[in-house]
Amino acid sequence: MGILEVKNVGKRFGGLQALSDVNLSVKENTVHAIIGPNGAGKSTLLNCLVGKLIPDTGSVMFDGQSVLGRAPYEINQMGISRVFQTPEIFGDLTVLENMMIPCFAKRDGSFMLNAMPMVSNQKEVLERAEFMLEEMNMADKRHMHSASLSRGDKRRLEIGMCLSQEPRLLLLDEPTAGMARADTNNTIDLLKEIAAERDITIAIIEHDMHVVFSLADRITVLAQGTPLVEDDPENIRGNPKVREAYLGETA
Amino acid sequence: MDALLLQILNGLDKGSAYALIALGLTLIFGTLGVVNFAHGALFMIGAFVAVTLQRVLSLSFETIDPTQKDFLGNPLKVKTPYVESWFGPETGGLIIDWAVPLAILFAIPIMIAVGFIMERGLIKYFYKRPHADQILVTFGLAIVLQEVVKYFYGANPIQTPAPDALNGVANVGAAFGMDIVYPVWRIVYFFFSVIIIAAIFSFLRFTTFGMVVRAGMADRETVGLLGINIDRRFTIMFGVASAVAGLAGVMYTPINPPNYHMGMDFLVLSFVVVVVGGMGSLPGAVLAGFLLGILESFASTTWATTTLPGINQIIIYLVAIAVLLTRPRGLMGLKGVMED
Amino acid sequence: MFGLDKRDTGVLIIVALLALFAPIILNPFPTDSAMAQFNAGYPDLMQKFVIFGIFAIGFNILFGLTGYLSFGHAAFLGIGSYSCVWMFKLLGYNVIPGIFLSILISGLFALLIGFVSLRRSGIYFSILTLAFAQMCFALAYSVLSNPRFNLTNGETGLQVYANDPQWFHRDGLPDLPHLFGLSMRATQKIQVGAWEFQFNAGYYLCALIMLVCFYLAIRIFRSPFGMMLRAVKSNQQRMNYTGLNSRPYTLAAFVISGMYAGLAGGLLSAVDPLAGAERMQWTASGEVVLMTILGGAGTLIGPVLGAGFIKYFENIFSKINDNVLHSWFAFLPDGMEDFMVFIIHPFIGKGWHLTLGILFMLVVIYLPGGLVEGGQRIQGWFRKRGTKTEAKAGKTEPAE
Ligand SMILES: Nc1ncnc2c1ncn2[C@@H]1O[C@H](COP(=O)(O)OP(=O)(O)OP(=O)(O)O)[C@@H](O)[C@H]1O
Ligand SMILES: [Mg+2]
Repeated sequence: MGILEVKNVGKRFGGLQALSDVNLSVKENTVHAIIGPNGAGKSTLLNCLVGKLIPDTGSVMFDGQSVLGRAPYEINQMGISRVFQTPEIFGDLTVLENMMIPCFAKRDGSFMLNAMPMVSNQKEVLERAEFMLEEMNMADKRHMHSASLSRGDKRRLEIGMCLSQEPRLLLLDEPTAGMARADTNNTIDLLKEIAAERDITIAIIEHDMHVVFSLADRITVLAQGTPLVEDDPENIRGNPKVREAYLGETA
Repeated sequence: MDALLLQILNGLDKGSAYALIALGLTLIFGTLGVVNFAHGALFMIGAFVAVTLQRVLSLSFETIDPTQKDFLGNPLKVKTPYVESWFGPETGGLIIDWAVPLAILFAIPIMIAVGFIMERGLIKYFYKRPHADQILVTFGLAIVLQEVVKYFYGANPIQTPAPDALNGVANVGAAFGMDIVYPVWRIVYFFFSVIIIAAIFSFLRFTTFGMVVRAGMADRETVGLLGINIDRRFTIMFGVASAVAGLAGVMYTPINPPNYHMGMDFLVLSFVVVVVGGMGSLPGAVLAGFLLGILESFASTTWATTTLPGINQIIIYLVAIAVLLTRPRGLMGLKGVMED
Repeated sequence: MFGLDKRDTGVLIIVALLALFAPIILNPFPTDSAMAQFNAGYPDLMQKFVIFGIFAIGFNILFGLTGYLSFGHAAFLGIGSYSCVWMFKLLGYNVIPGIFLSILISGLFALLIGFVSLRRSGIYFSILTLAFAQMCFALAYSVLSNPRFNLTNGETGLQVYANDPQWFHRDGLPDLPHLFGLSMRATQKIQVGAWEFQFNAGYYLCALIMLVCFYLAIRIFRSPFGMMLRAVKSNQQRMNYTGLNSRPYTLAAFVISGMYAGLAGGLLSAVDPLAGAERMQWTASGEVVLMTILGGAGTLIGPVLGAGFIKYFENIFSKINDNVLHSWFAFLPDGMEDFMVFIIHPFIGKGWHLTLGILFMLVVIYLPGGLVEGGQRIQGWFRKRGTKTEAKAGKTEPAE
């Protein structure tokens, strides 16, 4: 049994069958990559996992509990964090404040009316946020408006925010898209480190094969809404079906 | 049975006004993505076009009629409208009498011009601003427009009667063997709005222009990418929506004497209509307009107001809340439109 | 002080000093001078400053922090006013129960209205709150004022009548709103040379409450809760996917700001025991929106500035009439004089709303950040010039 079990999930947008009969099992403490050509339905699948979409058919179990029908914040509180394909951060807030919010969410739960204490007195949250900024190499930018960060920095901030929650499952949607090579390598190192040191399972969508093959323990190839193959990285490389799925697009 | 039909009829005229205003609001919202708080003011301006025309036509000069004396024994001063002196008392009188329907001819170009000026002069600059700013600036404009009208026309309602020929009542049920006596002008108003609504819908359905606009309403970016100049079309749609509101206002004057704040009164209810009908849905706006109009008329019967005093004043809001709690998207709301 | 950092304490102290010395500061012109009409230091107006300040501070907690634009906050103002007058009618003229009830009832209404309206955001939310407020207006104006069940006394407005119970009213107490015997109308007039300053009990009570409200607002702004509200405005999607439920946060903000509005309404009745439905009209809701954005939405001091600005000019503009204008432009040749009066006439006296509408548009178009932003721009401009001249004067060391 994996920590995440996706069974027979299907999703239809009007005339488009975006997902059909998706089965996926992600083992605990592994890095599972989901790859596939543009429009394969990768992001749609993630949307079904985090409560943004409700699949038409099938079931999604996280740690033995169904996530279907739950609100996004509940699913997050169960232990699933998601980094989006286009960075989603609090643009009007400073980098430090951005980092504090998930820390508050972790400490206080989905809602708490603490309107009288001052933020500046929340020692443990401040410390945790500062610590995470150090980890992400962003401490020098802590008082910057996060909207003015570079795209790569925004993404790193978002990853940091998700990590600060200490999720059990981290979903990454093309985390290195738009990053410079050096930043990409840094991110790979960081993710490797996280995967090795912490009790964390990672599901990653990625187009950059360099990233995929340096991180993944297991790879699922998605094409036109259905999983084509699921295998270890070595076997995926030479798989003719996979080549066809990718090359068929361009040919 | 007769009474029931009468109440439905009673709701139709107000319902028509709601439907027409809500239709324009939805058109503007759907095409430009702007909620126009000044849309009610357009309705009001239309009404005052009618008022103005009537006043202009009645402009008179004074002559002294030596054959008649007033009660003080002085020669009587007689006012004669210029129109009557130009066209003769018969035709002239008729023209003055038909001022309200005539105003339609003037209202169309005036309202389209007002719409153009509003869109090109103000709204255009707010497409990229937050919704709150759009609401606020059109809200400010609504206040300005209504205060300007108040400055020139005063605060009191102005009687603007329908032509004599259409001013009476008719037994509309006679043909069906029923006895339903109903003011003629209200029937005229209803048919007038049905014609306008039909015209708008067929315009959108059967012309290429309309098809592009509808496509733009569904997906603005894609249509823009096709190299079609939707902006210009949207400006024209703004003019059309403004004309619809204006005509609704012109024709409404005999039903309710216009005053400077009629626009805002109708606007708030029309917003509710749009919400009930489903934001972004044109048929929803029309349907909800008539439905709520009729409902309001039922709530205004003596029976209803004695059982629950004032129910007629709040029924629309109550229905809106109920609809919103059970069908958050409205009666015919589209998925994805204003979801958040 | 009070757990605030230095800067916030500074702001609070400045506001407190301004409130304390308002009767003097706002009366810069000698009583008999021609300029006396521009004085604002009399009780009626000063009470309005602080009461509408409370209203705007509360509105800012909702709009400034979460970005949810309510167009129906006047409803809570009205509800507060009615609640307070009802306490006068039932219990007696002491203002304390009235003020408490007005906060309580408006909070309840805000909970109800907020619960429904907050199912939607953006434009939808604005429309819904507007519709609710109009409904409350209709309720107050006609529905709840019929012979069988008269809660609001309709067009006349709710007021205290001689045959009202007033259970706790005793003989020694004033026959007007009072605080444990101290009449709200009690005014100490002090003559200093050509100036006359009026220190009014009602004003100081309202000012004190305003300071408490302002202090609480600062605390909310600086609290984790306030940070969550800013997160709502910034990116609700990220918030929800970070395990935070934005609905109760916005609802709490809505209820708090509704209670502020109710309190303001209660105070309006406390200084003048008459509650009318017109307080709930959409124009009144629009006014508080304008106060907030004019001052600077999302800033601490902005709403207070905005409220003072609007109420001051409302008062001045309504007082000016053609005669005053003629006296101002008397120095011009006759034709010019008449022309100027003719031009300005539509904007003054009863034309205040026209001015308000124009102001509204100008602020939204040119100064979306309000007076606070305007001030910062001017400051920045001066600083730039300052550094330039400094650089010219002596190139020894870079400006700090
Ligand atoms: N909300 C939606 N409504 C309608 N169609 C959608 C929606 N979301 C996605 N789609 C469609 O579903 C298909 C799969 O989209 P998805 O975003 O999951 O692809 P993807 O594999 O993530 O692609 P990419 O690599 O480009 O991110 C696409 O054709 C897309 O247009
Ligand atoms: Mg994707």
